[in-house]
Amino acid sequence: MRLRWSMGLAVALFTSVLFGSENLVEFSDESLRSRYQTLITELRCPKCQNQNLADSNAPISKDLREEIQRMLEQKMSDREIKYHLTSRYSEFILYRPDVNKTTYLLWGSPFAILLMGLLAALRLNRRNKIDVGSLDKAVIDQESRIAELLKSGEDDK
Amino acid sequence: MKVVGGSSLNRLALFLPLALFAALTIVLLLGLDKDPSELPSALVGEPFPSFSLPALHDADRTLDERDVIGEVVLVNIWATWCFACRIEHAMLNQLAEQGVKVIGLNYKDNREAAIAWLKERGDPYAFSVFDEQGRLGIDLGVYGAPETYLLDATGTIRHRRVGVVDDRVWNNEFRDLYAQLMAVQR
Amino acid sequence: MTVELGHIALIVALCLACIQAVVPMVGSFSGYTNWMRVGHSMAVGQFVFVALSFACLTAAFIQDDFSVAYVANNSNTLLPLQFKISAVWGAHEGSLLLWALILSGWSTAVALCSGKLPLILSARVLSVLGAISVGFALFLLLTSNPFERMLPIPPLEGGDLNPLLQDFGLIVHPPMLYMGYVGFSVPFAFAIAALIGGQFDSAWARWSRPWINVAWVFLTIGISLGSWWAYYELGWGGWWFWDPVENASFMPWLAGTALMHSISATEKRGVFRSWTLLLAILTFSLSLLGTFLVRSGVLTSVHAFASDPERGVFILMFLGIVVGGSLLLFALRGPTMRSATTYSGWSRETMLLINNVFLVSSMAIILIGTLYPLLADVLDMGKISVGPPYFNIFFVPLMSGLMICLGFAGFTRWKNTEGRALLHKGVFPSIVSLVMAVALPMFMVDKLSWSNYSLTAVVTLLLVLWVVTMSLEDLWLKSRGKLSSLSGLSGSYWGMLVAHIGLAVCALGVGLSTAYDAQKDLRMVPGDKTELGGYQFQFVGVERVEGPNFIAYRGNIEVKSSGELIVRLSPEKRNYISDGQVMTEADIDGQLHRDLYVSLGEPLGNQAWAIRFQVKPFVRCIWLGGLLIGLGGLLAALDKRYRRRRLRKGVDESSGGLVFE
Repeated sequence: MRLRWSMGLAVALFTSVLFGSENLVEFSDESLRSRYQTLITELRCPKCQNQNLADSNAPISKDLREEIQRMLEQKMSDREIKYHLTSRYSEFILYRPDVNKTTYLLWGSPFAILLMGLLAALRLNRRNKIDVGSLDKAVIDQESRIAELLKSGEDDK
Repeated sequence: MKVVGGSSLNRLALFLPLALFAALTIVLLLGLDKDPSELPSALVGEPFPSFSLPALHDADRTLDERDVIGEVVLVNIWATWCFACRIEHAMLNQLAEQGVKVIGLNYKDNREAAIAWLKERGDPYAFSVFDEQGRLGIDLGVYGAPETYLLDATGTIRHRRVGVVDDRVWNNEFRDLYAQLMAVQR
Repeated sequence: MTVELGHIALIVALCLACIQAVVPMVGSFSGYTNWMRVGHSMAVGQFVFVALSFACLTAAFIQDDFSVAYVANNSNTLLPLQFKISAVWGAHEGSLLLWALILSGWSTAVALCSGKLPLILSARVLSVLGAISVGFALFLLLTSNPFERMLPIPPLEGGDLNPLLQDFGLIVHPPMLYMGYVGFSVPFAFAIAALIGGQFDSAWARWSRPWINVAWVFLTIGISLGSWWAYYELGWGGWWFWDPVENASFMPWLAGTALMHSISATEKRGVFRSWTLLLAILTFSLSLLGTFLVRSGVLTSVHAFASDPERGVFILMFLGIVVGGSLLLFALRGPTMRSATTYSGWSRETMLLINNVFLVSSMAIILIGTLYPLLADVLDMGKISVGPPYFNIFFVPLMSGLMICLGFAGFTRWKNTEGRALLHKGVFPSIVSLVMAVALPMFMVDKLSWSNYSLTAVVTLLLVLWVVTMSLEDLWLKSRGKLSSLSGLSGSYWGMLVAHIGLAVCALGVGLSTAYDAQKDLRMVPGDKTELGGYQFQFVGVERVEGPNFIAYRGNIEVKSSGELIVRLSPEKRNYISDGQVMTEADIDGQLHRDLYVSLGEPLGNQAWAIRFQVKPFVRCIWLGGLLIGLGGLLAALDKRYRRRRLRKGVDESSGGLVFE
């Protein structure tokens, strides 16, 4: 397996010792950094075509990243930070839309789709179903099964 | 292969994809008229945010929201690095001449360059707020220049325009609302 | 002159397409065999003229003929030759011409390979393809003519091809993608022909299958290439953003994958016939919808073409006629009778049905997520964005479920498979995968702790190992452990095996690169060092270099592992001369088990630069998996049974193409 020989190489994936260089964005508490990363990847640059704050080079993205950093340092929660930004830049900047009356359909329809898919499949399946018990168990005997499959070059998949 | 006859209910079910597609087409057709890059302001109907920033022409003079609130004004976000602002400037001069009070928000700019710019092209602004860091810009939800806000006498934002205000935009979006607000103010 | 020639050739192609659309169809109803045969020669003729037109546009690019607006906007004298050629399809008009070229190419392939088809069927198939060609030729000539001149005063120098597109990826990605998109027009045409003729026996399914496989292979490779290209070219290390344009290519892929699976049941067992017909229509419709989304400007995307509402209206009309028409035909003539064929419990039919539920649900969810911002806007509910968090929440569990079921794929049999026997087969692989999935992540990190023991990795490995061990167990049983019996297995079987393992490899890349991704954004001056993911990076400095049409700052970074220099990376910040666009060219040291990804950010003064370092374990497996999936499709398409007739007939078929029975 590819995994095995790589294990030796994949050492210390999470350790990060700094010498000389400094982080572009400094935090008083390093634990804020992962929250910062999540926030800037889940928030959209309001000016760009379709980019998040992390990937965008637009000046406004830089400003908003700094704003988020400042708010994190002020011990604001993620929810407060998002509220602060959406009250200025509207819900548009959320890549993960809140669940509210505009988005019930968005968040609800995947479940509806899955449910419909399952029901349709069940219906179709029941329609075509025959009694398994009536089949001779020997048919599914392993030996004959393999032989049959081997024989059938015709058989696809 | 034996074939079992279908029911009329099954036939009806076959119309389902067509119905869904028709709905989709209507959405797409209506969507063609929309501009997906145009952002609504979250601040229309909200009070102008509080701030405390220096004036452009006088670094020692501190301005705050009380300087903006009190009468019907246009707040225009501008900068010397903003190309579209050059196009817009003539329109702003014209509006100022007509007696519209325009307040400038010089956004993330260089003070000397901005002062020279106004000297050269005329200064339509009653005064300009110097927002070097763009902090008031963020509070306003600004994402580029130029942008223009129309405030009523209570300091509530009544309209926002992202991009250049020209004759057409003024007539379509601002003129009537401005006249109405002025009437209330009197 | 060449430009006018190209324009005229396109008009001629349109006329031929009109004949191809009308005459064989009329013939098929009135029984004139001569009329039915017309489509074949028209398809070939159309291909020749579209190719001529395409060649003329290419010539205009090579000769820097800036009197042609499209050339002037997308090329300049400094552009290297290979990019002048790929610039032909670098923007809207030319890429549409490529669409038309590929469509006529597929039509020609159908015409040449239709020897064994009943004439009435091939006539109708070609007629449908001809009608689609008419739509695209009209679209080109009426709204997006690439041959439009800028007269009387042509510019001396052109604009530029978007620097993002000046890359090997652009040379190959769009043609591959379009081969896939357009290729699905063939099964679509077969489905329409079947609906018109009212013949829903397994014949149409059998004839469409190889075409579906081939189109699907192209689409798979096209999407993989696109993702790989975005990864190395956009400069931030992302490989999939759930951008509308990416979704536009992914939805037909999901529908096409569902089609590939369901049509096998339709062909072999005569079941799911309306569903398979619907999927054939749906897959091509989604290709057209993708074209609409990309080119009409209704959605914002990082990859969008310059949009134009007028074009949007045209494509929407076209979409309405083609898709609306075929769905109406489906509603009126689709088979409501069901086959009396039965199957039970865990038969292959059931498993294929489950597969389709997963794939089509995923597709529908992506469709809703992609279009919801538009819907919200239309209903005046405000502007909202639907991004990666939304798609991942639904897509990842659905694909995980799919992979669990996929493990059983090889063991299932038509009609009936006993559930207990299936479970029995799963015992050993599930134990092996579970043990390895729990154990392996402990060795992936240096100092094991609760915080760095990745659950994402455990789940990924569990699914991946499950699919791989189940597939191998199946192979073992089928070959009875003898190498000699491997050659007895069919191409379809190998195709399935390779594609399923490819999916597992792809999932491995997705899961592990997400779980163990490490990234740092640093401010560095020459001489500064940092460590990330077990590698030491030293910033040596930045030099100014000149490219053919750009000036760049090129960083120099030494990468060491355990004190030994393993590679020097030189990420660039390029400034393109003609329009001043700035581009970040990341430099990547790619190996199967990890990529080192360095990109140069902004200069920060005093020789300092912002630099982003990323270590991405197993990220390469994503595209390797994609290629394996494509290879699987190819193996299935090359299955002997599709060529049997041809082999029997020997060399007297001089058409050169594959002859499908």
